[in-house]
Amino acid sequence: MVEMRGISKRFPGVLANDRVDLDVAAGSIHALLGENGAGKSTLMHILSGLYRPDSGTMKVEDRTVSFASPLDAIRAGVGMVHQHFMLVETQTVAENVVLGDRRLGFRMDPSAIRDTVAGLGRESGLDIDPDALIWQLSVGERQRVEIVKMLHRGARLLILDEPTAVLTPQEADTLFDRMRGMARAGRTLLFISHKLNEVMELAETVTVMRQGRVVDTVPKAQVSHRELVRMMVGSPVLFDVTVPPVQQGRKLLSLRSLRVENDRGHTAVDNLSLDLHQREILGVAGVAGNGQRELAEAITGLRKLQAGTIELDGFDVTGSNQRRMIDLGISWVPQDRQHTGTAPNLSIQENFDLKHYRSARRGPFLDRAGQSRRAAALLAKYRVAAAGRHQPVRLLSGGNLQKVILARELSTELRVLVAESPTRGLDVGAIQNVHELLMEQRSRGVAILLLSEDLQEVLSLSDRVAVIHSGRIMGILPRARAEADTIGMLMAGVVPEDMAT
Amino acid sequence: MIAFLTAVLASGVRTGTSVLFATLGELFTERAGVLNLGVEGMMLMGAMTGFGVTWLTGNPWLGILAAMVVGGMMALLHAFVALVLRAEQVVSGLALTFLGSGLSAVLGSPLVEVRQVDRIPTWPVPFLSQIPVLGPILFDHNFLVYIGFLLVPLCWFWIYRTRQGLELRAIGENPAAADVQGIKVMRQRILYVAFGGVLAGLGGATLSLALTPTWVEGLISGQGWVAVGLVIFAGWDPIRAMFGSYLFGALRRLPIDLQNFARFRANPSIGYFTGMLPYLFTIVALLTVSIGDIGRRWGAPAALGRAYVREDRDA
Repeated sequence: MVEMRGISKRFPGVLANDRVDLDVAAGSIHALLGENGAGKSTLMHILSGLYRPDSGTMKVEDRTVSFASPLDAIRAGVGMVHQHFMLVETQTVAENVVLGDRRLGFRMDPSAIRDTVAGLGRESGLDIDPDALIWQLSVGERQRVEIVKMLHRGARLLILDEPTAVLTPQEADTLFDRMRGMARAGRTLLFISHKLNEVMELAETVTVMRQGRVVDTVPKAQVSHRELVRMMVGSPVLFDVTVPPVQQGRKLLSLRSLRVENDRGHTAVDNLSLDLHQREILGVAGVAGNGQRELAEAITGLRKLQAGTIELDGFDVTGSNQRRMIDLGISWVPQDRQHTGTAPNLSIQENFDLKHYRSARRGPFLDRAGQSRRAAALLAKYRVAAAGRHQPVRLLSGGNLQKVILARELSTELRVLVAESPTRGLDVGAIQNVHELLMEQRSRGVAILLLSEDLQEVLSLSDRVAVIHSGRIMGILPRARAEADTIGMLMAGVVPEDMAT
Repeated sequence: MIAFLTAVLASGVRTGTSVLFATLGELFTERAGVLNLGVEGMMLMGAMTGFGVTWLTGNPWLGILAAMVVGGMMALLHAFVALVLRAEQVVSGLALTFLGSGLSAVLGSPLVEVRQVDRIPTWPVPFLSQIPVLGPILFDHNFLVYIGFLLVPLCWFWIYRTRQGLELRAIGENPAAADVQGIKVMRQRILYVAFGGVLAGLGGATLSLALTPTWVEGLISGQGWVAVGLVIFAGWDPIRAMFGSYLFGALRRLPIDLQNFARFRANPSIGYFTGMLPYLFTIVALLTVSIGDIGRRWGAPAALGRAYVREDRDA
């Protein structure tokens, strides 16, 4: 059905697809498995005509194709159901399904399109009400609309991007039934997932991707859970970090039954409890988007708690705002360095002052001299390679930008450090540097919560490893028992047998 | 009293027609997800061009045509800056307004002296115009008013009952959804912006060729802004836009019509107050939809004012 050869796609700063080959057999259910950022979605966007590859060739049904737009892909019989649904919320189901269909005449007969869409829904077993407005529908129903939409356009290959990410388990089961039905009816299904269970349940063939490359394509019958995990996460080469032995101190931060919502009002952190001790690095491993960001923002006072309590050194600080959290000694290294972490157009010194302005002042005015001295000292201490303290931070490399953030966050009187993917996208030297700084803080008695997608990093640095999945802690393992396989499975939401007890 | 109300409503329909054209134009532009605050400038250029071409050729219909072409060209400038180059739409629209008011003042300065050109003729519809009350209100007008009557249901039909209308609503709500269904978002947006300009030009020429008919600098005197407010007031619906435009027309004429009453003649400052009402209304309309979710519920296109780039990654 599909033959992709040597597909590469580069985005500024990332090689999202690196010479990818993919073959999909007609009439099969094929899974594309990999962690977030492995390049799965990019590859599918190329196949569905949304992105153009930088190089490589594609064949669909033995014809060489080059898609300039999604319309070309639709014409070739390729339809994609995006993770974020592509629906017009204020329009009806029927209107969404026929949107863009040139076979429609100039005049649109609402009752005719309603009948067509209802008929199509019945045929495919996807039950939809053609008159409902999209915004009134649940996500499961919206997904059905998306699928019907693609069937209406005659898709013979249906791509589903993380189809179960937004569904309840019951909805997911129904979806799987429908997918099997469509495959039996001769359609080809290609779905993206990072959940092992559903891949094992549904797919006939599995292609595993990691860091923009295809690791392997295997028939499901010939592969085990554990082998797939290994392919997904790779064989972890631990970072060379010296972890000085320290005596763990008293309990410093205590999270009890936290519930936090994401920006869309859905529960992102669900009944989560964690304890963090002095001189401890607690690594939180998990696939991105499982509540890490919301957790970090809840601790730093940026996000409202729906339920639960936060205690710092025995005092209840629940509901404090970010300013009070800073005063209490909670520092934060956000994942988004360019926007959350710094103000890109301000100078290095000004970015320091964003946090230090209250301590460096003379009466109501800023103490420019004091600030300059402090900035110069920090630049030297953290060995930031910059043209000077007045350089705008947007001109800094990722590693130096992270140094600026760390210099700012670590130069206050801190007791707790929340570090979100602190080495993401950095080169080896910079990673080493960040790791050393974290270790130094640990020795000084700081309690560090390390949220990272990078399993190697978590395993190399952490005293304990907690695994987060769908906003819940799946398990906490001491360093000695934390193995990549086990953690990989927990990250995928599977509790291994030897832990189930 | 009935005679007075009839007169107010009849002049409301006549006066409101120029705003109606501009409002319908902006309505299409915004339905496609583009905000064009250059309506005032496009109307000014339309009014000046229409008047000038009529003066040169002696044919007001040629003037109308020229006004529409000029309006469309000005809108294309906005489309180029705001859609192709993806500059800030608000700023580009404002620039267009300033460009239009400046350019029309300079190019139109010789026209100020012109006292008389042929205006768009008035044609009382036979028999219908004889109906009491309704006749004078609806059927005793110039041709442009009738064109407005026809245009409104056509716009409604286009938006709600055609394939193109469905696509139009989609590109204003969720351009990504339209794009993956194979709709050429950019091309359609540019066309609708241009169409909006054509109608704004027509609206301007309506003022200079049928209502006043004359040309002075700043002839439009804020009616382009009223059109922007009316689009919101109408909830992006052409039928409501029509009622809003005629209501505005009546309000605008009210100070003059009230001159017939002795009490108002004795107190001329009331005229300033009634003259202010349309603009007060525009401010209130803008404020209302800017508050929280009211705009969404009122029907604002979700992607209004936002550029769409396919390969923008939200990561």
